[in-house]
Amino acid sequence: MTTVTAPTAGRRPVDKFDDNDQKPVGHGRMLRKEDPRFIRGMGKYCDDFQLPGMLHLAILRSPVAHARLVSVDVSAAQAHPKVKAVITGADLAEKGLAWMPTLSNDVQAVLATDKVRFQGQEVAFVVAEDRYAARDALELIDVEYDILAPVVDARTALSPDAPVIRDDLDGKTDNHCFDWQTGDEAATEAVFAKADVVVKQDIVYPRVHPAPMETCGCVADYERVDGKLTLWTTSQAPHAHRTVYALVSGLPEHKIRVISPDLGGGFGNKVPIYPGYVCAIVASLVLGKPVKWMEDRSENLISTGFARDYIMQGEIAATKEGKILAIRTNVLADHGAFNGTAAPVKYPAGFFGVFTGSYDLEAAYCKMTAVYTNKAPGGVAYACSFRITEAVYLVERIVDCLADELKMDPVELRLKNFIRPEQFPYTTKTGWVYDSGDYEKTMRLSMELAGYDALRREQAERRRRGELMGIGVSFFTEAVGAGPRKDMDILGLGMADGCELRIHPTGKAVVRLAVKTQGQGHETTFAQIVAEEIGIPPADIEVVHGDTDNTPFGLGTYGSRSTPVSGAAAALVARKVRDKARIIASGMLEVSVADLEWTKGSFHVKGDPGSSVTIQDIAMRAHGAGDLPEGIEGGLEAQICYNPVNLTYPYGAYICVVDVDPGTAQVKVRRFVAVDDCGTRINPMIIEGQVHGGLTDGVGMALMQIIAFDEDGNCLGGSLMDYLIPTALEVPDWETGHTVTPSPHHPIGAKGIGESATVGSPPAVVNAVVDALKPYGVRHADMPLTPSRVWDAMQGHPTPPV
Amino acid sequence: MQVTMTVNGDEVAAEIEGRTLLVHFLRDQLRLTGTHWGCDTSNCGTCVVWLDGEPVKSCTVLAAMAGGHEVRTVEGLETEDGLDPVQQGFMQCHGLQCGFCTPGMMMTARALLDRNPDPDEQEIREAISGQICRCTGYATIVRSVRWAATHADGVQPEPVGSTS
Repeated sequence: MTTVTAPTAGRRPVDKFDDNDQKPVGHGRMLRKEDPRFIRGMGKYCDDFQLPGMLHLAILRSPVAHARLVSVDVSAAQAHPKVKAVITGADLAEKGLAWMPTLSNDVQAVLATDKVRFQGQEVAFVVAEDRYAARDALELIDVEYDILAPVVDARTALSPDAPVIRDDLDGKTDNHCFDWQTGDEAATEAVFAKADVVVKQDIVYPRVHPAPMETCGCVADYERVDGKLTLWTTSQAPHAHRTVYALVSGLPEHKIRVISPDLGGGFGNKVPIYPGYVCAIVASLVLGKPVKWMEDRSENLISTGFARDYIMQGEIAATKEGKILAIRTNVLADHGAFNGTAAPVKYPAGFFGVFTGSYDLEAAYCKMTAVYTNKAPGGVAYACSFRITEAVYLVERIVDCLADELKMDPVELRLKNFIRPEQFPYTTKTGWVYDSGDYEKTMRLSMELAGYDALRREQAERRRRGELMGIGVSFFTEAVGAGPRKDMDILGLGMADGCELRIHPTGKAVVRLAVKTQGQGHETTFAQIVAEEIGIPPADIEVVHGDTDNTPFGLGTYGSRSTPVSGAAAALVARKVRDKARIIASGMLEVSVADLEWTKGSFHVKGDPGSSVTIQDIAMRAHGAGDLPEGIEGGLEAQICYNPVNLTYPYGAYICVVDVDPGTAQVKVRRFVAVDDCGTRINPMIIEGQVHGGLTDGVGMALMQIIAFDEDGNCLGGSLMDYLIPTALEVPDWETGHTVTPSPHHPIGAKGIGESATVGSPPAVVNAVVDALKPYGVRHADMPLTPSRVWDAMQGHPTPPV
Repeated sequence: MQVTMTVNGDEVAAEIEGRTLLVHFLRDQLRLTGTHWGCDTSNCGTCVVWLDGEPVKSCTVLAAMAGGHEVRTVEGLETEDGLDPVQQGFMQCHGLQCGFCTPGMMMTARALLDRNPDPDEQEIREAISGQICRCTGYATIVRSVRWAATHADGVQPEPVGSTS
């Protein structure tokens, strides 16, 4: 394939980044600095890279969920004229590369050697001259499988007669993955025993997939002479990935450069290390050429990090007046064939421990058992804030069940039980220290925006006419910004973030981040954080991220940790630079440091505003030939590593209004009101965007999305024809509001917002649908609330989705 | 086989395999990487380009089928007169986050506005309903298209990097 002529590519962006005209510069609405390239189609995503001599890799995947590998014959594929290499698990085993660690200290097969353990598992790969030829050659590989019975239903995984999936693990005789518990079992039992009212409900949060628009992939380029590997890859955590590659491959860490270019969404899907990345690296090492691997949509949906898959039994105890006393839950967690959960090591269930919600309880207890099944590995992905979405769904659903039992308005019940403002910092019965909150204020604002009382009147009127209108409420508290390094690490890597700020002689700046945007707008937000502290306009601050050679170490972007952790680092590094600038300014103005006052962007002598120097003046002096104050080095830069003292706890109150068609059982989300409190707000436009996206996820999960399996373990959600994602027609025009309760320990009081709406919205939608179905006596129905499943509920037999 | 077509006003001729998809031809051969690929099944719409003025999903069009026809991609939206109002609108109204679906969304939006210069919210939602965005929740895309509809004559927009 050769191009004879090519059209002129689009012209380079010519927009000037005009100065932020907010005086002083800093926080506030600002158009995004990254947009000029995106709106011209000039973003640079992984698949856009085309290196000279680059080869293409395609992966052969298992068509069955559980089978012993009898033979893999690659001879016909190797004979294909465009094929450069065909590699099997046996080949990798010779190099000691057939298995790799997961982020949960389990192991996962890079290519299967003994058995395949889920449909879509990697069996062999082909490297060829172009992507079509690589796919052709996959068809030429002949694999003989000895098919085994699969474990599909997690409820049967621990049955004595269940086939053992992980016989690769020494001495493994069952499908048990781990047990975990939190809270006080005995104290909780005592509270339940004395309670007036106990409500129990089985609640399933089915398996879903984040399905970012851009699938996963990479380009691996190993330079033999330098011994240097460069990997352009779809990674939300480039530094953590580099360290793991060093540990797995034996390449020295300084000879690995991981570049995460523009990412077409991530939502957690791009946190794990997938076999395909390792295959591409191996291929480049073996062939000495750059090798590209890009998975297709089916590969993305059937083999990469899924989310949820919790089967929960919830119990809530209360007085008859509606004082909630305790919550207890028993969870069966389906972790698939390998435990690929990306969560801090001490938290195998992520932060599910916040299932006590936003309420002041006397006791709480959770017991969890996790099992292996013949499904794709993963476990934490999809904007869940490390399993908080499961926790919030459980508590917000069961609180609604209690309201139904007590015949109380669900808002009234919540208001009665909120942790009160004066109780913060509040330690929950499972040991989480909520930093700050004024929940009632946020709840009441959402009621006001929604016109809650009028909605209830409308609902009563419609019910009289036989119409099914539902109003659903949820109130969530998240724990984000992992995390304090004494408690939190992934594979032994502490979850602190570095940040470096350098002011150039002319007063322009570059800030280097450990985190990596997937669309959240870091290039804008972080410029604003630094601008607010140092007074240099955001347009004059270059934000560098996603390149391990050019950024300080840190654990990446997931769990809404960018603003809570790296945002704090950016603010503090700017303050450190400002402290040095103050000393230089004192020399320039010939006064003592104590006599200087900072107004954003300049120091002036107290009582003499006319006597001042700007940060730009100071930057030039710092790099100039003149004397600096005693003991001060030239240059104006600093680097720090921020170790958060606690997580941050954003929260919100959501109200959803739905109409259910009594004839077809189709749910229409008519309105959705979201009031969020993420503490200090850096860029309201970006915050609103984050909320909108999460609300859409929530509607999708509540009404449409599920990765289901048939009894043979075949994935039933393997394409976007089968795995339904909301379009513009399934979601309403969002209504948002906010309150501001800063985090007391975060340097600028910001709490993070990236996942709030994904966490908070599913229960609001489900609560609304269940509310609409009240005339049918429905107290609970599991997601996804598709027309057929809603119809089942209306007929009196709601069924769990798995 | 030999294929000749017009892409963003320029005539291109190339030797291709008959099975080459238009999206791969544009991206891998012409290196017009603004058109993205996302699903294989015509569901996501990130590959939308124009074929003779009609938005099509280029993952389900063979490059050979575009032979003798006119293709317009996101790279062809900006002209000597500057950015298309649709491009401006997406920046002004935060109609994009990761930017991956954006080229396809903008091509559909431009086609809509060419036929219906003043679409209401529902008409915009229907126009983009064959496309998926995972980031924005669509409301800001609707606003972006409305912005373009009301700024068709190139009113000076708020500059990037400013605040309001």
